[in-house]
Amino acid sequence: MKKVLIIGATSAIAEHCGRIWATRGDELYLVARNEVHLQTIAADYEVRGASSVAINCVNLNELDRHVDLLESAENAMNGVDVVLIAYGTLSNQKECELSVEETLAEIQTNALSTISLLTLIANRFEAKKSGTICVMSSVAGDRGRASNYVYGSAKAMVTAFTSGLRQRLHKSNVTVVTIKPGFVDTPMTSEFKKGFLWVKPYVVAASIVQAINKNRAEIYVPSFWWLIMLCVKLTPSIVFKKMKM
Amino acid sequence: MTTTISGWGNYPRQESQCTTPPNAALLRSTVIQEGSFIARGMGRSYGDSASANKVLGTTCCNHFIYFDEHTGKLTAESGITLREILTVIVPKGWFLPVTPGTSYVTLGGAIASDVHGKNHHIAGTFGQHVTALNLVLGTGEFLTASKHENADLFYATCGGMGLTGIIISATIQLIPIRSSFINQKTIKADCIEAACEAFIENNNTTYSVAWIDCLAKGRNLGRSVLMLGEHAKEGGLEIELKEPIAIPFNVPSALLNSMTMKTFNTIYWHKATDKPHNAVPLMPYFYPLDAIGNWNRIYGKAGFLQFQCVLPKSDGVANMRKLLTEVSNSGEGSFLAVLKQFGKANDNLLSFPTEGYTLALDFKLNASTIQTVKSLEAMVVSMGGRIYLTKDAVMQETTFKATYLNWEKFEAVREKYGAIGKFSSAQSKRLGLA
Repeated sequence: MKKVLIIGATSAIAEHCGRIWATRGDELYLVARNEVHLQTIAADYEVRGASSVAINCVNLNELDRHVDLLESAENAMNGVDVVLIAYGTLSNQKECELSVEETLAEIQTNALSTISLLTLIANRFEAKKSGTICVMSSVAGDRGRASNYVYGSAKAMVTAFTSGLRQRLHKSNVTVVTIKPGFVDTPMTSEFKKGFLWVKPYVVAASIVQAINKNRAEIYVPSFWWLIMLCVKLTPSIVFKKMKM
Repeated sequence: MTTTISGWGNYPRQESQCTTPPNAALLRSTVIQEGSFIARGMGRSYGDSASANKVLGTTCCNHFIYFDEHTGKLTAESGITLREILTVIVPKGWFLPVTPGTSYVTLGGAIASDVHGKNHHIAGTFGQHVTALNLVLGTGEFLTASKHENADLFYATCGGMGLTGIIISATIQLIPIRSSFINQKTIKADCIEAACEAFIENNNTTYSVAWIDCLAKGRNLGRSVLMLGEHAKEGGLEIELKEPIAIPFNVPSALLNSMTMKTFNTIYWHKATDKPHNAVPLMPYFYPLDAIGNWNRIYGKAGFLQFQCVLPKSDGVANMRKLLTEVSNSGEGSFLAVLKQFGKANDNLLSFPTEGYTLALDFKLNASTIQTVKSLEAMVVSMGGRIYLTKDAVMQETTFKATYLNWEKFEAVREKYGAIGKFSSAQSKRLGLA
């Protein structure tokens, strides 16, 4: 039985990870903005078999609440074994291009607030010499593309940050798992036309839970995105800059 | 976003604006917008009952709300699948009071179709085990309906094909089990009369259904393999859910012709033997086709029509023989044909089952199929039977209104609760409902 803290617990992918943990009988502490939605999920986890579920309503852009949040989670479950950081917004690229504020707000939500949390969690886990930190990054962070480079650059920061954190915490027996999902059919992406590359959130969730169980470092889900992103990264800039993606 | 949707039969298809709100509150705010909607869960009804210009997906509203392990009362949101419910309740010693032949349907869909199972003669339909349901009405109002509260709405909603409102959540009474195994008994019946006789003889058995060879003719007409079942008392409560084997593409339609189907049916009939008892796990017993994802693709790109009718008990056997003669003469029947005895009808206004015999078959779609189904429809009407709305894609308005005698009461309830003009499907329009 693990003690799992889910930050961004109402995101579709996080919710499905939580269902797997609840079925396994874990203790869960859920953090998100929307209280009604959190209560719905908490009741669901209890029926599925979670040994305890607590919720905490926080706007994660309020950085000064992060310490308090982590302490409450530790107190509620008497420690934390696994943290999943899964919140984010899918930026409207066009609006960001026209507004500095919009761009910085997206980077604040998708990168800076995550980095604040990661710094605090890393120090706590380093001190107790155990724990797993799993962070949702994105394939979008592998190379900036015209269609979503604001979101992509925020995720690139998360990927680079967790890569360094992984090296630093390795000797302290703390695992850092970076997840790079491809196209996932969630409410966040409801406006997109879905093709054969799209997967359901419960498929991604199963891969994430498995990656955490196996102490993996950085994974693409589904795994074929590794090959797609390799091609994207290897495309010479002289060609890449002319492409529409 | 506009997409092409269809029922499980892949016919008819239509362009539709589909939204799947992430929670009940957002579902409500969509309902009160301009236009008329139909709720859609897993899209497993066969025809066009969950198709419309505007479709509201319920699959994100798929949370458990409360489960009392001592009394077996379960409350959940309507978009949850029966399959997911089973993963939670079976290990705790509970089972669905009524289950259709697939676990990939939502709770809301099971209620809206008032589905029946192999135990209809004993347990009735799914709706009879619903103790309460919560709906969003056309006005945007949330309302609870049960046999005691807003009862008219309750009896219209169970079996009401989603036309009274959007079911948000429901409470059902489960049945206790001591094992996740079923003791199965197989009986061969060499003609339709023997099959119906066997149903009557085994009236006290909890589960009974027959596979029927609808292509056999003459003295073999209606030869069947009856599968009877009782919940076992031993074997543990584990439940094993396997991911289905996918059929990744539509099977070229030439592969499924009267020759291959006749061969399949003949082999199936001769392979079956009378077996006194064998214990089988729940999942393959109740949901054999769930092992294959997208089995509807075996009928090719054109899709198929499913036809399920019920014929009244009096003259039921003789009428069934007439109907089967028509089917076998058409040469179009399929290998997935099912015969079952129904128990008494219930009080739900549009619920399908009535006392008698029900026959369900698939017809691969080709130029003559619709004509075949229409002539069967006419026979059913003249025999005093009716056709299951959940399977229907072609029934005429006159047939519907002549066989679902409560349709005017149903419309009155819809009027009273603000459903008219707010909830409609391609099917409800075809059948002349407002």
